[in-house]
Amino acid sequence: MNVVVDLNRCQGYAQCAFLAPEVFAMHGEESLLYHPVVPDGHLEQVRRAVVACPVQAIVMGEEAGAGAR
Amino acid sequence: MRGEPRDGRIVIVGASLTGLRAAERLRAEGFTGSLTLVGEEPQPPYDRPPLSKQVLLGKVPAGHTGLPQRRELDARWKLGVRATGLDPVEKRVLLADGAEVPFDRLLIATGTRARPWPHPAEAALDGVFTLRTSDDARRLAERLDAGPRRVLVIGAGFTGSEIASACRERGLAVTVAERGPAPLVGALGGTLGALAAKLQRAHGVDLRCGVTVTALEGSGRLTGAQFSDGTRIDADIAVVALGAVRNTEWLAESGLAAGPRGVTCDAGCRAFDMYGIVTDDIFAAGDVARFPHPLFEYQLLSLEHWGNAVAQAEVAAHNMVSPGPRRLPHLTVPAFWSSQFGLNIKSVGVPTFSDQVVIAQGSLKDARLVAVYGYRGRVTAAVSVNQARSLEYYQRLIETAAPFPPAPGAADQIESPDPVPSDVPDPKLLSHGPTVALTGHLPDRRLTVVQPAR
Repeated sequence: MNVVVDLNRCQGYAQCAFLAPEVFAMHGEESLLYHPVVPDGHLEQVRRAVVACPVQAIVMGEEAGAGAR
Repeated sequence: MRGEPRDGRIVIVGASLTGLRAAERLRAEGFTGSLTLVGEEPQPPYDRPPLSKQVLLGKVPAGHTGLPQRRELDARWKLGVRATGLDPVEKRVLLADGAEVPFDRLLIATGTRARPWPHPAEAALDGVFTLRTSDDARRLAERLDAGPRRVLVIGAGFTGSEIASACRERGLAVTVAERGPAPLVGALGGTLGALAAKLQRAHGVDLRCGVTVTALEGSGRLTGAQFSDGTRIDADIAVVALGAVRNTEWLAESGLAAGPRGVTCDAGCRAFDMYGIVTDDIFAAGDVARFPHPLFEYQLLSLEHWGNAVAQAEVAAHNMVSPGPRRLPHLTVPAFWSSQFGLNIKSVGVPTFSDQVVIAQGSLKDARLVAVYGYRGRVTAAVSVNQARSLEYYQRLIETAAPFPPAPGAADQIESPDPVPSDVPDPKLLSHGPTVALTGHLPDRRLTVVQPAR
């Protein structure tokens, strides 16, 4: 599974960084850096982060076009 | 439009963010026909903003920025093959491998590519890079891992500044060369440009403004660079960040209104032909599109922004499967973000569409602020620095054409209540191309300049 964050929408509430720190991390006070490929074993944490994001900025899904590679 | 809007053959040329989001939306709107995505790069759609941030910092491998899909697409992917032509009469896309892909409706989403260094022999030196694709990022990150003695970044727009920031964060020596008076000045004007210059220097960047790189030196391998002021440096890496070139050459014979400024389309993403007649089966979206925006006096805008790619893809896809009266206009307020030198910079509106700017909240001294831009007495843009949560308020002011300068709010700490000139330079004075190109006419200035594609 992969994630992408709409960083226009993100306002740095950092809920994702608390809930899934292996995937999301604040960089400076307000910027978010993340791993687009969710590592094995962290799916449930990321699901919680997707739900918890106050501005609903995180999209999770199967990697697009994975079958086309 | 032939046949039923929800049936038939749709081809999307360009398999990046715009193409993907359009494909998803087409299926979400009930399109049941055949869907083909053509992409020049061999990789499935991936996200580009992380390339100059996570990837260059070495936190995420370049091949690991694939985009998630929000639904099953049931699409045919033709990746690693470039579109070379469009036959609008027979309604076929021609591909570099000789194949032809017939369509009933077409979406042009071919985006942009990095503007190359103008001197081909120098561009071919080992150590000279551009940064646009995942492969570019992988090669550059590998070379940064190897610990170069000095990195030269040519062009201090957003991409160049983010590259410089990542290099400094890795502890690498960095020189930034910008022909304009300051970093980011082309996008944000003089006030925030001066702040960006101060921050780059405070982070140890050897920032050189008002100069151009006159030569990249080396035989086989880059060894240094010469500047227009007569100085030179040793450098083993140069990153050329001169902006982007729109991928429209493949449309040269198509009869569409396509050129260096993009593919001109209407507010509903329908492409114009070269006579200014709107087509009904060819659409454009994303970085390659050039469209009229009512908030900016219907000037044609070209936006190289993630958010525009998503929003315009959705509108284009909706309109591709909807009859005339149900079509939607693309009215999204332009917005982008950048993360550099510890700061989160976010923008709404079009800061270059301005004559004045005022720091409405916070202060330059603390590098935490909201700058609000106005043009002829109305609010046209706002930029936050480490104060993103305030931006939504100003977006409302832009959408409602509120008077400029904005009235002070209760919580505002005004640095100076007096607006100052926004000092947006003529783009031809900059090293890099604009990421927001206003391609219409303002009576008091030129806002864009077309450079021939190389």
